[in-house]
Amino acid sequence: MKKNRLKSLLMQYGGLLAAILALILLFGLLTKNFFSVTTLLTVANTIPDITIVSVGMTLILVAGGIDLSVGSVLALSGTTLGVWMLKYKQPLVIASIGATLTGACCGAINGWVSASWKIPAFIVTLGMLEIARGAAAWMTDSTTQYIGSAIGWLSEPLPNLGLTPAILFALLIVILGQWLLHRTILGRTAVAIGTNAESVRMAGVSTTGPLVLLYAICGGLCGIASVIQASKLALINPNAAVGMELSAIAACVIGGTSLRGGHGSVISTFFGVLIISILETGLAQMGMSEPIKRIITGGVIILAVLLDAIRKPARDR
Amino acid sequence: MFQVTNLTKDFASRAVDAVNLAFEPGEVHAILGANGAGKSTLCRMIAGFQKPTSGTMQLGGTPYSPSSSREAQRRGVQMVQQELNLIPTLSVAENLFLDRLPHRFGILNRRELHRSASQLLCDFGLTSLASTTLVGELGIGQQQMLEIVTNSQGNPKVLILDEPTAALSVAESELLFEKIAAWKKQGTAILYISHRLTEVEMLADKISILRDGQLQGTWLRGELTQDAMIQQMSPRSAINGKAQDPSTFDSSGKIESTAREFQSAPPILRVEGFDAPPKVRQVSFSLHAGEILGIAGLVGAGRTELLRLLFGADRARQGQLQGPDGTLRSPFRSPIEAVAAGFVMISEDRKSDGLLLDQSIALNIQLPQLHRPFWKQWNWYHPKTAQRIAETYRTSLAIRCDSTEQSVATLSGGNQQKVVLAKWLERGGEVFLLDEPTRGIDYAAREMVYTVIHQLASMGKGVLVVSSDLEELVSLCDRIGVLSNGYWTGEFKGPNFDQSAIVAAMFAGYDAAKNDYPKHNF
Repeated sequence: MKKNRLKSLLMQYGGLLAAILALILLFGLLTKNFFSVTTLLTVANTIPDITIVSVGMTLILVAGGIDLSVGSVLALSGTTLGVWMLKYKQPLVIASIGATLTGACCGAINGWVSASWKIPAFIVTLGMLEIARGAAAWMTDSTTQYIGSAIGWLSEPLPNLGLTPAILFALLIVILGQWLLHRTILGRTAVAIGTNAESVRMAGVSTTGPLVLLYAICGGLCGIASVIQASKLALINPNAAVGMELSAIAACVIGGTSLRGGHGSVISTFFGVLIISILETGLAQMGMSEPIKRIITGGVIILAVLLDAIRKPARDR
Repeated sequence: MFQVTNLTKDFASRAVDAVNLAFEPGEVHAILGANGAGKSTLCRMIAGFQKPTSGTMQLGGTPYSPSSSREAQRRGVQMVQQELNLIPTLSVAENLFLDRLPHRFGILNRRELHRSASQLLCDFGLTSLASTTLVGELGIGQQQMLEIVTNSQGNPKVLILDEPTAALSVAESELLFEKIAAWKKQGTAILYISHRLTEVEMLADKISILRDGQLQGTWLRGELTQDAMIQQMSPRSAINGKAQDPSTFDSSGKIESTAREFQSAPPILRVEGFDAPPKVRQVSFSLHAGEILGIAGLVGAGRTELLRLLFGADRARQGQLQGPDGTLRSPFRSPIEAVAAGFVMISEDRKSDGLLLDQSIALNIQLPQLHRPFWKQWNWYHPKTAQRIAETYRTSLAIRCDSTEQSVATLSGGNQQKVVLAKWLERGGEVFLLDEPTRGIDYAAREMVYTVIHQLASMGKGVLVVSSDLEELVSLCDRIGVLSNGYWTGEFKGPNFDQSAIVAAMFAGYDAAKNDYPKHNF
């Protein structure tokens, strides 16, 4: 039984782990400095925000939806955080809760509109992308603001450990997300809706309620990510996280989540985030320019999906 | 002129069995048969959509074995199918000439297109139809007429019309009958399929009747009364009186030969005036606890639609229903309400709306249990419990699989259907609506479905079974109701069913819709 479990875990994550190790080995051979603890810690400490957003995106993709508004919602949540801390002088905890609730509200609107009126989530969240970005700029008069040092500790490496509280928090969310997806009614309903929404409806199971919750969770996670991103430079920027929806979708897809819904794993998505991040850091250390890095990263995304497609029968793609 | 000799087609079973027919130019040859008689398969072979397993065809003295519908058309054999194959977002003219749009250097010649389209429509007497209208904006009758025009262009030698009048108004039917008269003058041989026996009597020069893939015979105009046609289409057991002997039908475990009496108890389901034209029209019936009520009818008679209305999957325009709780209420607005009220539905197409194909057996069985209010969405899902429950059904229903974690896509049709059954047995309910529960499944699974149905009835559940297989209904049901063209045209009490009376009721609703036919000289 235990052996079987190990085998199934290896089947599920083995490919991704091998890819990560291969990348580390490759960059270790190609560059002088890559093969060091510092580099790996740097990689780990740059990814908490994209990790948290990708967890939310995985939940949505598994349910057969998509959320293009994550980057904008993150920026709007960030500006909410800034306004509460600077204008209303609230402590960090209260402001963070405000930021999270702002994100959750945006997500709930996404889910409610698309599920209740059967409007494709692509369109609804595209609208939200504009609305949230506009609202963020409006609240801050399009300016970047310094919010003080009270928040900086989140992205300071802990002594002895070298990891920041932010990445530890992100890992906790990855684990919670995996549990949510596999061990709660909501998670299983998400998988069922993503597999065949009509079968779910004909089984007398509501699809609207769960979808609203899932989008709200995704939005809430964007709010949490906004706090972490703000802590990196102690800045609030209404233009933060532009294009983050695409990085998040890329991470999910590299992790093997199907854009058609029904298949996906939060832990695999985390590995997807790691792969992209290691790739970018390694290429930077090799002295590649930004354009070249983008070209190679894009190629890797397509390669990952190709490998996945070859491995699985066509029906699962 | 056109002959088929020993034409046979095998699917899982034999659909068309050594049929010999001859069609003469200028003759309307009607082909009649109940569900599964093989008339569609026969026509599809003639029109080149399917290849016969054995047998030959001859057209005008030369061998004819089309490898595609395109080749059949080149030889002058055309078929108007029952389903509409038009493209709704293109205009009438574009649909008519889709495969040969007039163009000059690749640019569409609109003037030429609409000129020839108008000409064609005019020939058909469809003067009110503008060639520029989008097909999607047309009514269903006009679309059907357009389908006929599209597929009968040129001068076909053989023209197959599969229930052409099903969606037509009286006036449109009359136009078609005029056109049929014109085709006859041209020397076209017409194969005519219809459920409307009055129409067949009026139009057909010859009538051939199929039953279970076999040709029962060919008769000339006036040789058969409508009653005689129904006799010929009815299952053989009814004709030689075997149905009167209930011991013939005890194979599925229902041995008692006396009629079980349910009428004294209050009904578990009472349906009043359910209406959603054109598929379901003013249907009323009741179902008692412990009773198995069959619904017979021809394919397309509105049986699936009726079940979907009852289950809240589609919305009824009118009607009331009284469920197990005994209060009269308006129809359910969603399956969520229906399931909460104790209704269960096994749909006709398990792959599209019954199963989560890529998911495990265990999750599929748990699916109805996932319905929770907002605040209980966080409840744990217990994979171990789900597996344990799945294991009990794996044993009790003999689901053949390697593990309950296996995806249901890898199971055979019969085992998939058992998973669907398990799902609803686990959820439980008082009224079971089963739409073609034995379709496409093997013998053993079929027996299991029958056993489950009998068990449900003996537990006091109400069971409603839709099936196209009349023999199955006769052996399974306490009572059989008949839907015909959306009308509830009869109810029959078992165990001694008069099968030819049931078949007669299956055809009764089609002529009822238009009993005032224009009189024509054919």
